[in-house]
Formats: sequence, structure tokens, C-alpha cells
Amino acid sequence: MHSIIRIILQRLALGLLTLFVVSVVIFTAVNMLPGDFAQAILGQGATPEAVDAIRKDLGLDQPPVTRYFQWLGGALQGDLGNSFAQANFASFVGADSGVRTTVAQQIAPRFANTMFLAAVTACIAVPVSLVLGILAALFRNSVFDRATNVTTLTSISSPEFFLAYVLILFLAVLNPMLPSLSNIFEGMSFGERLEKTLLPALTLTLVVTAHMMRMTRAAIINLLASPYIEMARLKGMSPMRVIVKHALPNALAPIINVIALNLAYLITGVVVVEVVFVYPGIGQLFVDSVKIRDIPVVQACCLIFAAAYILLNLLADILSILSNPRLRHPK
Amino acid sequence: MSALVEIRDLWIEGRSDETWSPIINGASLRLNKGEVLGLIGESGAGKSTLGLAAMGFTRDGVRISKGSVMFDGIDLINASAAKKRDLLGKRIAYVAQSAAASFNPAHKLIDQHTEGPVQHGVMSRAESVQDGIELYRRLRLPNPEEIGFRYPHQVSGGQLQRAMTAMAMSCRPDLIIFDEPTTALDVTTQIEVLASIRDIVEQFDTAAIYITHDLAVVAQMADRIKVLLKGDEVEEADTRTMLAQPKEDYTKTLWAVRAFERPQKPAVHTGATPVVSVQNVSAAYGKIQVLHDVSFDIHEGRTVAVVGESGSGKSTTARCITGLLPPTSGVIEFDGQPLPANYKSRNKDQLRQAQMIYQMADTALNPRTTIGDIIGRPVQFYMGLTGKQRRRRVEELLDEIELPAAQYYDRLPSELSGGQKQRIGIARALAAEPKFIICDEVTSALDQLVAEGILKLLARLQDDLKLSYMFITHDLATVKAIADEVVVMKEGKVVEQGPKHDMFVPPHHPYTDLLLSSVPEMDPDWLTNLLNERGVDNIGDAAVDKMS
Repeated sequence: MHSIIRIILQRLALGLLTLFVVSVVIFTAVNMLPGDFAQAILGQGATPEAVDAIRKDLGLDQPPVTRYFQWLGGALQGDLGNSFAQANFASFVGADSGVRTTVAQQIAPRFANTMFLAAVTACIAVPVSLVLGILAALFRNSVFDRATNVTTLTSISSPEFFLAYVLILFLAVLNPMLPSLSNIFEGMSFGERLEKTLLPALTLTLVVTAHMMRMTRAAIINLLASPYIEMARLKGMSPMRVIVKHALPNALAPIINVIALNLAYLITGVVVVEVVFVYPGIGQLFVDSVKIRDIPVVQACCLIFAAAYILLNLLADILSILSNPRLRHPK
Repeated sequence: MSALVEIRDLWIEGRSDETWSPIINGASLRLNKGEVLGLIGESGAGKSTLGLAAMGFTRDGVRISKGSVMFDGIDLINASAAKKRDLLGKRIAYVAQSAAASFNPAHKLIDQHTEGPVQHGVMSRAESVQDGIELYRRLRLPNPEEIGFRYPHQVSGGQLQRAMTAMAMSCRPDLIIFDEPTTALDVTTQIEVLASIRDIVEQFDTAAIYITHDLAVVAQMADRIKVLLKGDEVEEADTRTMLAQPKEDYTKTLWAVRAFERPQKPAVHTGATPVVSVQNVSAAYGKIQVLHDVSFDIHEGRTVAVVGESGSGKSTTARCITGLLPPTSGVIEFDGQPLPANYKSRNKDQLRQAQMIYQMADTALNPRTTIGDIIGRPVQFYMGLTGKQRRRRVEELLDEIELPAAQYYDRLPSELSGGQKQRIGIARALAAEPKFIICDEVTSALDQLVAEGILKLLARLQDDLKLSYMFITHDLATVKAIADEVVVMKEGKVVEQGPKHDMFVPPHHPYTDLLLSSVPEMDPDWLTNLLNERGVDNIGDAAVDKMS
């Protein structure tokens, strides 16, 4: 058991190191974005003095290295800084209200929405993919297997917005079962939220199922030539039992890893679906912030995305290790 | 008496690429209740295929094209899948060659043991657990109460093989197919497993088909023996008749293989510098000490056989000599000069002088590289030959290992047989023009006839090129055939060493004695006599424990 804890701690340390490297990359990349926030907000006719004043106020006049460590220091203490866009520049006209929106305040509700959508999608997509993958492996090379493969491959190959509009057409327009707009807001009940989230979740399910289902199928089929599978068949076990009881437990590691990658995608890569359904998730906020050069928000979003990837992969690693009895029960 | 199993004129085909080629050509077989039939032949003879067909089972890509398989009046070829599933595990059970690979790594032994009885509705889980513990006890497994609650990787190979026999017994079947159950085991472990299997088959009056390539083993286990060659039946007779008077020429050659033995060479005169001298070498993997103060010399033109069970440190010694595992203390000398401990600090000439031939020729050759390139690479690397010169040298080497260059130069390893692949491994070692070659179990994956060919080739090369061999093996018949001197290892220590003729004449170190007496002999009473001699409870483990 000690060795497992050591492995987990090692992975955790590596994850933190990766996050640090990513933070440098994010900061450099964001600062290389063309354009300047002060210039963008004040417009073409701004006086150089006004631009300088805003730059000074936001700390943009500092050298990049200083700004990086200020940002990192703040982020380590949970302070992601203040949003540029929401800052009150009224002070420059002599009426400072003193109120500033922090990045955290801006991101928190959006991130919660994104997590909700990802969770709903995962609750549908993961079981569906596993069951389809197991059945495809069981009836490999049958009509069912081919139909499942063709369908999931078609859905993963189609653009997300197209899938979204097809679903809207069939489930909201022709058969008005679900709302086509997912404008959720605070104070909604869980049921209402769920109803509004269902269409985007179904769209995303179509996008991520193919990967997970095909990996489940492949990982299981890969093992079917193993001597212990032959042994199970020679013990007279039913084909279903052979696959679920004998193959699946040994195929978990690759499946878990693909699930983790897809979950990370659900958190970080769903901006198109958010736009189509007007879903107030973090993806939209991210794109908007890039548009207006709201650097603190962009950086915070990137950091959250990176952390999600690292965390989910770490979790997948740990679960893979735990699924292996050789590591769970050393000699 | 009506037969339990009756196979009539069975034809089986296997698919390779798009064509079906024959594996079994019209085999017939009859087995009565409680009888043990030995199926013997080289790899590729179709033994396993026939054994599985007796269960009504064919592997993927294999089909039965003609003939009938009857089990206790049930037609297994035309029976539905569900009907067959009902028989498998319950009335017909299977014991595989590698128990380590055939136990599911994800489940505990006892869960795999009880699966059959519970799913077939023979016993409840609780009953089956109790029965499993009882079977473990009868099979003389240590700690029968708790061994079942371990995962397969926590149990040794010999114990797993017995646990698999227990699993096969779990529903008290009428028939068990044993498919080379002891081939992967050490001789000392093999005895325990053989004795356990024989006892339990007798106790429950189970019929068995015992598949093996080892004649001496089958002589202990079977009432009757059937010999197969490339899918054709050669002959069948009861065990004693078969051993005493084999009729067919092929059977006679099988019987004669063990006769190969090199003449004794004159003693090395004292004061000669050995080619390789291992001096007080100790080594460790991490914190675990695996070699303790190992010393021996290998002289020019001589073969030193290093014998011992798996885990005794034979291969680790080889890794120390080649510098792959720098020893924690001690020195390796080559021609009287100490070698740097780590291979990275050795110069090209030092590396060239010691070459290796591996056990699994399959995995030791790059499957994507042609034979010409496999042998050509060391020719170029060590000897600096390129272009036409390199090709000429490779052709010479192919000639040396008795494979015509014109035919083999451009082939890939997958197009060669196991014995031919091992010859390529030998040519690759020779390409460096070494003085010393380490042969790591080079014949243990090969059939006896093929193995004999390899041993003879190695012997001729040694005479022609004055090579020195370190011959790692657990097979004492091989030692007898090729060694000049023998080093016996146990638990990382050298327990005895000396010239071969001394080693095979008593008195021995007790461990050498155990190894020697554990080699099965072609006498059907050998196992019974040996067990009587050692005392029934004193086989294998117990005997080893006593000595250490």
C-alpha cells in the first residue's frame, strides 16, 4: 500500500510542476496577443495620457517578469486578480465608486454551469459508451457491432453545431419535448436546470461517445486471445460473463484514460455548443474575454482548463493503478 | 465397457491468411472411464488441438471439417453452444500449460475456483470454498486455508499449477485435459505437480488426456500413449509396450534424442589463464541481494554449464559478466585482465569478446529486419565491414550455421522455424568473432530433435573456433550432452562445481542430488519409486527446506 501512496504523491508533484510550466506558457502567450486593453477600451481618439493612466492603474506598465510573479503569487493565494472589463474607470472622470469585480466572482458562476453540463453529459455518455462497447465486443463483427461503429463515428465526425441543430430540429421544433435555449440563471430549481441542460448534454454525448465506446470495445477484444479468457470459456462460462467478469476488469486502465480525456474535453472544449444553446458556461466567457483583451480572465480560464486536464489525468492514473491487483496487493 | 470419449476419423483445419490447411488428419481416439491417455509429439504436431477437440472446443481460426467426437453418448460436434457450455467445466475440465497466464490476474484464486461449481449449480459458494480448501490440502499446497484468498501473482508457478488442477477438479469432472501442465516448471517443482496430479486423478477415478512433449513425463502419468507427428497418428500402445518396443522409426528417434553426449575433453593444465574468470561476485537488484560471492572460471574451448532452478541467479550472473548489472563487489576478468563493471565503460573490443544467445529466439530478433541485416549489423559495428564485404561475411556466417545464404539472406524472422531462428541468434553472436558466448537456456523453448541439432551445431563451432561457452540451463540432459564443467547454483550461491564426470557420479552436494534425482527417467515406475524413496510428504519443497 505504501508504494501506491508514493506513486500517487509522485504523480501529484509532477502534476504541480506541469501546472507551473503551463502557467508560464499561458502568461507568455496571452501577453503576446496583439492589441492592448487600454487602447481597446478607450478607442482610437484616446489621448496618450489617458491610455498611460489606465495602463498604470492596471499594472500594465510593469515589466512582464514582475507581472508574472505578481499574478502567480496572487493565484497561489486564491486571488486571480481583478477583471479589466468590469473595472470601474469612472475614477478617471472623478467619480470612483471603488467597486471592482474580481476574476473569481466573474468566473465562479460560469464555471459551476460548465461543471453541471459536463456532469450531466458524463452521467449519460459514460454508461452508454461502456454498455455499447461491451455489447459491440460481445457481438463483434455482427450487424449490431457495425451499426454502432458507423453511428458513433458519424456523430464524432460531424461538426458539433450541426449535431446541435439536428437535435434542436427533432427534439425541440418537430417534437417540442425540450427547450432549445439553455438560458439558465441563479435561483432555478434542479429540475428546471436539468431540463434546460438536456439538449446540449445530448449533443455532447454524441460527440464523446465514439471515443469511449471504441476504446472499450478494442480493449476488451484485445484481451479475448488471452489464455485466461480461453480458460473461462473452457469452464463453460457464458459469453457475457466471459466479457464482463473476465475481460473487463483487465481492460479498465485504457478505458479509464480515455474517459478522463473526454471529461476534460467536456470542461474545456465545449464553446461551440454553449454558443448554439446560449448556455452561460465558461467557454463563452473565455472567448469574450479574449475578444476584449481582458487578460486576467483569459489567464484564469486557461489555468482552470490546464488544471482540469492535469487533475483528470491524475485521477485516471490513480484509478488505473488501483484497478491493477499487482499494484494493489504487492507480493 | 463403453468409452467415455470416442473420437472417430477427426479432421481439423487451421486458417492462415486466406487458406485452410490441415492440422489433424483423421485422428481416432478412445478413452475409458478412469483411464489416462498420453498424447505425445513435437510442437506443431496438433496435440493441443486434438486435446481441445476432445472437449468439443476449437480455437479461433480452427475448424473441424470431418469426423465425430462423442462424449458419454453426446455428440460434441453437433451439440449446441449452450449444451456444450453445460458440459465444459462441469464434466470436462482443462488444465493449461501456463497456469500463470491462465488464471485471471484480476480475481483471487478461490473466486476463480468457485466460479465453475456456482455457475453450473453444482455447489453453493460456501460449499465450494470449503471443497476448494480440501482440494488444496490434498494437492499438498502450503497453507491450504488461506492460499486461495491470494491473487495469482502472489503465488509461485508450481503452486498455481496445482491450484489450477484443483480448479479443474472443482466440479468433479469425468474427464480432464492436461495440456503440458509441467513444461514451464523446474524439475524439482515438476515432481510435486506430477505426483499431485497423479494422486488426485486416481483418487477420484477421473479419466485424463495428458498432453506433453516429454516422454519421461508421460511414462509416469499415462496408461496408454499415442504419438502424433504433424497431424498424423504415428502409433498407439500401452505405456510399457511403447517404451520397451516402439514400432515406428519416428517414435524411435524421439526415444533416442537423449543419447547425444560429447566426449570428455582432457583436463585444463594448471596455470592456464581462463578466458573468463568470475571472482567473488555479489550483486543486488535494488536492496535485494541476489548473488552471494560467486566464483568460477571458464577456459578456452570449454563449456561451463550453470544449472539451478529459476531464481537461483544463473541469468543474473550472466548479466554481471556482460556488464548489464554491475556487481556490488567482486571482479570479472577476461584473459586475465579485469573488465570494467559497467558495460558503458567497456571499449568496443571488450564488448565484442563476450556475446549472448537468448532463450526466446522469437523475441530476440527484430521482426521487421531481414536476416541479412540482423547478422550484418554486428559485422559492420564490430568488424567495420560494409557493402560487398559485409554481405560476403554474412553469407559465410549463414554457411557456418548450415542455412543456405541464397535462400535466407532476405527473409524476415517470421518466415523461419523456431530452430532456424535460434541458428540466426547464434550467427549474430558469431558475427562479432567473440572468444566467449553466453548461451541462456538456448534450447529450452525448442523440441528435442531441434534442440539436439542446435547442441550439435554449438559443439562443432566450439571445436572449429575454440569458443568458450557459459551454458545456462535447468535441463540436466542438456548438461550431460554438452558440458565440460558444471556449476550448480542455488539461491544466488554456488553450491557445487567441478568437471562433468564428477558431477554425475556420487557423492553430491544434497542439492545437486535433488536436482539430478528429479529429472524424469523413461521408466514408468520411476516416479513411484522416487516418491517411496523420499517419503510421500517429503517431495520437492520439503526436501529443499530440509537441506537449506
